[in-house]
Amino acid sequence: MRNLVAFPLLGLAVMLQSAIVSQVSLLSGYADLILILLAAWALQERVASAWHWALLAGILAGFVTRMPWLIVLIGYLAVVYLAQLLQRRVWQAPLLAMFSVTLMGTLFIHFMSYAFLTLSGTPLQLGDVLGLVTLPSLLLNMLLAIPVYAFMRDLARWVYPSEEAE
Amino acid sequence: MKDLFSRSLQTTIIFLVVGGILVLALGGAFSSASNQFTTSLVGIQTWISTRYQGIQDFVTAPRDIVSLRTRNAELESQVSQLQAQVIELQQRVSTTEILAALVDFSRASPESTYKAAAVIGRDPSPFLHYIIINRGSNDDIRRGMPVVTNQGLVGRVDAVIADAARVQLITDPASTVNVRLQNANTDAALLGSVTGDLTLDMISQNVVVEPGDLILTSGLGGGYPPDLILGQVVTVRSFEYELFQQATVQPAVDFTRLEIVLVITNFRPVDISPLVPETSP
Repeated sequence: MRNLVAFPLLGLAVMLQSAIVSQVSLLSGYADLILILLAAWALQERVASAWHWALLAGILAGFVTRMPWLIVLIGYLAVVYLAQLLQRRVWQAPLLAMFSVTLMGTLFIHFMSYAFLTLSGTPLQLGDVLGLVTLPSLLLNMLLAIPVYAFMRDLARWVYPSEEAE
Repeated sequence: MKDLFSRSLQTTIIFLVVGGILVLALGGAFSSASNQFTTSLVGIQTWISTRYQGIQDFVTAPRDIVSLRTRNAELESQVSQLQAQVIELQQRVSTTEILAALVDFSRASPESTYKAAAVIGRDPSPFLHYIIINRGSNDDIRRGMPVVTNQGLVGRVDAVIADAARVQLITDPASTVNVRLQNANTDAALLGSVTGDLTLDMISQNVVVEPGDLILTSGLGGGYPPDLILGQVVTVRSFEYELFQQATVQPAVDFTRLEIVLVITNFRPVDISPLVPETSP
């Protein structure tokens, strides 16, 4: 039941992303709060609802962005998949896993966006995209990853309380 | 009886002596002695009074500190409230200035009808340059309507819901605007980019383009009304082996500080796509 917190939390995240985070830019890139939230959530050991969160995040973000809904959804599902893959392998170093997922997730989503826009006829310079959009976005995502991970860890403890605590 | 008489006599003598001394003292006969006496009396009185006041201050001081602290907290609260009011008023002044500029702009272009809208968000993807405004189909906003500020053209409405709309900025990489160079009196195309820079393309090699030339919408293609300001030419790039010249453009609108925009509601874009011949393989 506590998983329903996803609705207000992801809704708020989409609003924050659109109203604030997208205005705090470095060169032409900015952070992706929703991606980081999903990565941090999927990396929590007890969490079993990460796929649902990704689906909801894809729907909500797809409603706001001009990017096709499917591209956004695939990107977020891939982030969850990466997080769960790494969570089993690098479970002893959660922050390292968080950084890895943020890195790979950002690159994947940017690659998807670049591929879609190029195929749809939008002229994009790969050098500009890499140097002025992707790398700055990556740096901002990394900076945001630590506080978001701490927040989501506390949230996961609240949503999935341990048996001893109960 | 004899004892009673002697006691009355003693009392009478004492009264007379004391009364006499008082009369002499009041008459000034003991002025030096009485002065010394009163001086020492005043000194003692002063000492006692000073000590009493010290003790009184000591006893009542904590109460004063508490009341002072309370008063200080009240004043600090008032200061913070006033500071909040100042910030709010500054914000209102800023909004009023923007609105006043937009009203001036709309009065200067009476042929168009405008609807003001606040910018409430941007596209979450850094690859796209779109803004979200707080007016939608309930306010008669339709897809394709141009969006301007008092500085110039911002973009056009791309998607509409009941109470909001998404606007494609002219800096978006997929945006192309047909423009006219005012001084050179020639047409060109203004292209956006992923970095938000604007480039002027398709300028004929026969035309002389100078930095500082004003760029206006040409109205060709029916996507935008003519004569809306877009920006100025900054640098020109011209090579003999290329078909067209290119130029970088300084936009008239500061896209990083968009707060309130105007939607031109009486402009209906013309869809010329059926007239464009299909390219056969």
